[in-house]
Amino acid sequence: MIIIKNLTKKFDKIMAVDHVSLDIHKGEVFGLLGPNGAGKTTIVHMLATLLKPTSGMAEINGYNIVKDPAKVRKNIGIVFQAPSSDDMLTGFENLKIHSYLYGVPSDLRIDRIKELLKLVGLYERKDDIVKKYSGGMRRRLEIARGLIHKPKVMFLDEPTLGLDPNSRKSMWDYIQKLVKEEKITIILTTHYMEEADTLCDRIGFINKGKIIAIDTPEQLKRMIKNNSDNTTDKYIGDTIKLYFKVPDARDSQLNNSHILTKNIEILKSFKFVKKVEQEKESEIKKLVVLILHVDNINHNLPIILKSVDKVESIEFSQPTLDDVFYTFTQGKIAEEPEGGFMERYAQYDKK
Amino acid sequence: MVNNFLSIYAIWLREFKVYLRERSRIIGSLFTPLLWLFIVGSGIGSSTTLSIDVNYQKFIFPGIISMSIIFTSVFYGAYIIWDRKFDFLKSVMVAPITRETIFIGKTLGGMTNSMIQVFMLLIIGLFIGIEYSLISVLQIIFVSIILSFLLTALGLGLGSRMHSLEGFQMIVTFVVFPLFFLSGALYPLDNLPDWLLFLTIFDPATYAVDALRNSTLGIATYSFEFDLLLLFCSTIITTLFGMLSFRKMRAV
Repeated sequence: MIIIKNLTKKFDKIMAVDHVSLDIHKGEVFGLLGPNGAGKTTIVHMLATLLKPTSGMAEINGYNIVKDPAKVRKNIGIVFQAPSSDDMLTGFENLKIHSYLYGVPSDLRIDRIKELLKLVGLYERKDDIVKKYSGGMRRRLEIARGLIHKPKVMFLDEPTLGLDPNSRKSMWDYIQKLVKEEKITIILTTHYMEEADTLCDRIGFINKGKIIAIDTPEQLKRMIKNNSDNTTDKYIGDTIKLYFKVPDARDSQLNNSHILTKNIEILKSFKFVKKVEQEKESEIKKLVVLILHVDNINHNLPIILKSVDKVESIEFSQPTLDDVFYTFTQGKIAEEPEGGFMERYAQYDKK
Repeated sequence: MVNNFLSIYAIWLREFKVYLRERSRIIGSLFTPLLWLFIVGSGIGSSTTLSIDVNYQKFIFPGIISMSIIFTSVFYGAYIIWDRKFDFLKSVMVAPITRETIFIGKTLGGMTNSMIQVFMLLIIGLFIGIEYSLISVLQIIFVSIILSFLLTALGLGLGSRMHSLEGFQMIVTFVVFPLFFLSGALYPLDNLPDWLLFLTIFDPATYAVDALRNSTLGIATYSFEFDLLLLFCSTIITTLFGMLSFRKMRAV
């Protein structure tokens, strides 16, 4: 659906996008993630034919973005970062004007507009001026507007930026509904890892204009490495902490360690348990803590709990895309000095 | 082709609806010409006698029509600086239509805004004793349409080349006021010193004021045909300038 080859954009001396190559498949939700100024929006703008690339090429639905921008535009819809609907017009009028601009056939026009307004849940408010809409409603209207000509590809540039958690959640629902009902390819940029995790089939991490990793959210999470460890498989997996109560304060060491040893043995016998270690100095007295690294916690946690004895309480965590983000950008995003002498000096000093 | 017309219509419709909904803008923009016509017109008129036998207020009436068009049209065009800052334009620029289409739609939108004001001023003219005939009204409308198209195109061209909001102030100072003051809206061209007369030649609004004065009061420096010819030529120039600027304009 989208083929990108060595796409590059240079602004003066800054490489905003640096030889990015990427294939995005039909019907996929692809997320572009990365720190501020990584080049996400620049890539989207180039694909949407709003910016000319310095070099490289890209094709959308078989049309070249430089040679055939008009055809590309017919095949794409876009929701910009900043609101771009007309706030002096009603929701309905906004869509109607865009239906003219995109040459939607007149006999389909009204039906299409109504259908889209229902899709984004704005039908009841269609005759209100956009000024009276909330931030989330405005974004939804812009999504509807982007869909007016039944595009094959939809670009969402930070679709939930500045929305409160409720609006964000409902936006996700609408986007998921869209993928299911309209079956279009979506390219989404975002800063919210949770959003990318929920919505995206694949994610491309960008830093300083370069793609540093492309994979499914699950695979990306598996890429987090445990640096303190020298085992061959560096994937740490999900973490479980098991708290065991020491039966009695004056309980014999023997009895206590006996239970513990038995538990450790049982745990180690499981294939999905990658590592078992005892927390050296437990902060809470009378408790012994075991830290486990396991595969597929959702499935295996009940098995673990059934097999071990005398567990007082548990704690567990799974790696999130946030962790992936930190891993990929660690140390690398130290923001570029803006040009002040002292900042450059400080930067130099660090090296 | 049909699609092009529809797109132009869509952009015009957007501008027109927005204009109608901004009541304060309509009232505000009508107030300035009225100030000029009644305050300046009566004030200066009470102690000035022109070499021609007509009262000063009536004399500047065609000039005030032009002034209203100059302000409305150029401001409207330059407003595109805001449009670009606030992203309204991006959604239009990513549609599968040419920049020329956007330009024409916008220019027609600005022209409509100016014309609504011209009609209101024409009615006010009745109250200061301007006598119209069918032909003079048609002539006034025709000249006003050309002048508003010309100046909206100029404003859009300039505005699309500006990148900061401060550019708007530059346009006001260096374009709007010279266009107005040099046009002969407030004085007759006949007794001007040479250097000033020379400058008025380069102001397209001069010919609009002259043509309008010709139709409303029968007073003129140049012939009506000559005025129209120069207005047409200027319109072609500003339209080409505007289209070229739009084609070059960066979308983001």
